[in-house]
Amino acid sequence: MSEAKKTKTRTIAVDMIARVEGEGALRVTVKDGVVQDVELRIFEPPRFFEAFLVGRHYDEVPDIVARICGICPVAYQMSAVHALEQIFAVRVEGALRDLRRMIYCGEWIESHTLHVYMLHAPDFLGYASAIAMAKDHPGILIRGLRLKKAGNALMTLLGGRSVHPISVKVGGFSRVPLRRELEGLKEELLWARDAAVETVRWVAGFDYPDFAQDYTFVALHPSDEYPFNEGPIQSSGGVNISAAEFEQHFREEQAPYSTALQCRLNGASYLVGPLARVNFNHDHLSPLGKQVLADTGLSLPLCNPFHAIIARSVEILYAIEETLRIIDSYEPPPCPSVPVTVRAGTGMACTEAPRGILYHRYRVDGDGLIREAKIVPPTSQNQRRIEEDLRAYMPRVLDLSNEQAALGCEKVIRCYDPCISCATHFLKLDILRDG
Amino acid sequence: MSQPKDHGKPGRPKMAVFKFASCDGCQLSILNLEDDLLALGQALDIAYFPEASSDMREGPYDIALVEGSITTPEDARRILSVRKQAPLLITIGACATAGGIQALRNWGDVEAFKRVVYPSPQYIQSLSTSTPISEHVRVDFELWGCPIDKEQLLRVITDLLAGVQPRLPTHSVCIECKRQGNVCVMVAKGIPCLGPVTRTGCGAICPSMGRDCYGCFGPAEGAHEGPGLPPNTASLAKEFHQGLQLIPIEVLRRFRGINGSVRPFREESQAWEQKDRAG
Repeated sequence: MSEAKKTKTRTIAVDMIARVEGEGALRVTVKDGVVQDVELRIFEPPRFFEAFLVGRHYDEVPDIVARICGICPVAYQMSAVHALEQIFAVRVEGALRDLRRMIYCGEWIESHTLHVYMLHAPDFLGYASAIAMAKDHPGILIRGLRLKKAGNALMTLLGGRSVHPISVKVGGFSRVPLRRELEGLKEELLWARDAAVETVRWVAGFDYPDFAQDYTFVALHPSDEYPFNEGPIQSSGGVNISAAEFEQHFREEQAPYSTALQCRLNGASYLVGPLARVNFNHDHLSPLGKQVLADTGLSLPLCNPFHAIIARSVEILYAIEETLRIIDSYEPPPCPSVPVTVRAGTGMACTEAPRGILYHRYRVDGDGLIREAKIVPPTSQNQRRIEEDLRAYMPRVLDLSNEQAALGCEKVIRCYDPCISCATHFLKLDILRDG
Repeated sequence: MSQPKDHGKPGRPKMAVFKFASCDGCQLSILNLEDDLLALGQALDIAYFPEASSDMREGPYDIALVEGSITTPEDARRILSVRKQAPLLITIGACATAGGIQALRNWGDVEAFKRVVYPSPQYIQSLSTSTPISEHVRVDFELWGCPIDKEQLLRVITDLLAGVQPRLPTHSVCIECKRQGNVCVMVAKGIPCLGPVTRTGCGAICPSMGRDCYGCFGPAEGAHEGPGLPPNTASLAKEFHQGLQLIPIEVLRRFRGINGSVRPFREESQAWEQKDRAG
């Protein structure tokens, strides 16, 4: 920490953490006690997926886009195959459609549990990490690790492995599970269902700051089920569109201080992810899920970003129950995938990644080669909203020491579970105090 | 609010985990060690692991795990500092070990790539190549895989802590696949599989699930004539072309993937690039 003596312009720079280049940082400018600029800076080196996808064959796309994110590879695979299937007029239905929901459930369980137990809960309980938390709460962390493992086991059965699964393809899967293989997961999933209920109760008991915000929520909102791969894109401001219309309403912009593009809805910020999904789709939760959510005593819509950990926990429960439902009705499909006939065209799809809607658009030529690709990840959509939350939160921490102010800001950012590839939860905070 | 610090018992080896250009999947593999994670946390002092802990202590460390490839001028400087901070440096995964999928830029025009992705490319600092850590500093052990196999990681850490030189199998996925008794996807279905030239480590999951191996664990060793020699990519490529009727650009794409910039795969793809251009 360095603090200049009383001069006209006072600059306080805080290195909250040891140097972490290549990740995210936050820069806040304060003048006369009033917050001027809040910049969430993402230093993650660009990897240019949209550029090097061009010229690749469509059947390579699921393997390539998975590598955008090790935490949510299924989301990238799902948005990709649905966009490409739109071009080829392929419909994946019945058991294959169910299996796609199921592998997505595995990813939600794994990703949400990672965040709830290992990344976010330590904030509420006052620890630096889950491993430090385990010293005082070993049973809780063991429950979290076992729950995460249940999600990974599901992904491994359907996808071969949990990080970068290999079986997802345009038209279906390269292999589908046998009935008895799925039955083999049931016992652990029944344990996991109870553990998920306990998880919701546990996180609902945390102390939450009173910090309701006026959000524009955006999520998929199908009429008959909790969303994964389909459904219209809705906003709480009245937008109701198909994925094909996404780019008419949502625009990506570039900030000079970030390697992540920021996306806006008709020029304004919005919020995607578990809070938005629960607010729109709570009617599609199971009776148990509805009851557990009601028992938290929270009223809908959820407007406090700190409550995202509760929404995430409710979704872990939903994903486990949905998996159990699919297992009980599962009849293996006659073929692991439906035939695909290549034709030229453009296709768009939006699916619900753990962190919110994930949009893909591809243009394919008559040989099945990718001619253009566009990908809009959830964290770039939430980025602007995170900055606005921080702006609203700053007055609460301006009187605190720089270290404590930084801690507070980090906690706001972590509520969003920003995609770890977009690395904003390891924060370097500079507060520039001008005058 | 003060965060309780866990600096651990004295004398435990200090481990640090660093990230460069990557997807975080290999770091996630550490957290996916579910059953062994707490034991690992007791055996090692995890002193710097931003993905998992906000308690980040400065070096020196005893072991540095490095995920990701070098793609920016700043990262090219940073890896030098990481190397100075730890006597043992292990790369984890295809990005750190081989440049990763983002090394596909090495055949492209990065300035044009920037214009495809960013409206204001002038703000983006990026090198024209994605290179493995070993092109910048000495590396003590390289873990292959996209992602790494978490059991291999545990094995290597355990060996190093015990003062044993780690050894991992370098034979091909094809051999592992035969051991599992799978029907060969290339022979039975005519699918161009990289299993004969790819290093084992994944458990032959792709052919086990009815599809082609696509080379996540990099080139096998010894598949040509003897240990340490590169795999016989030329023979496999010829079979793709003559046996399976792949045209040269399709053969090129097979080798130019996850580990496309590693020498045996790189040279094979470039050979087929020439054939493609020759028409």
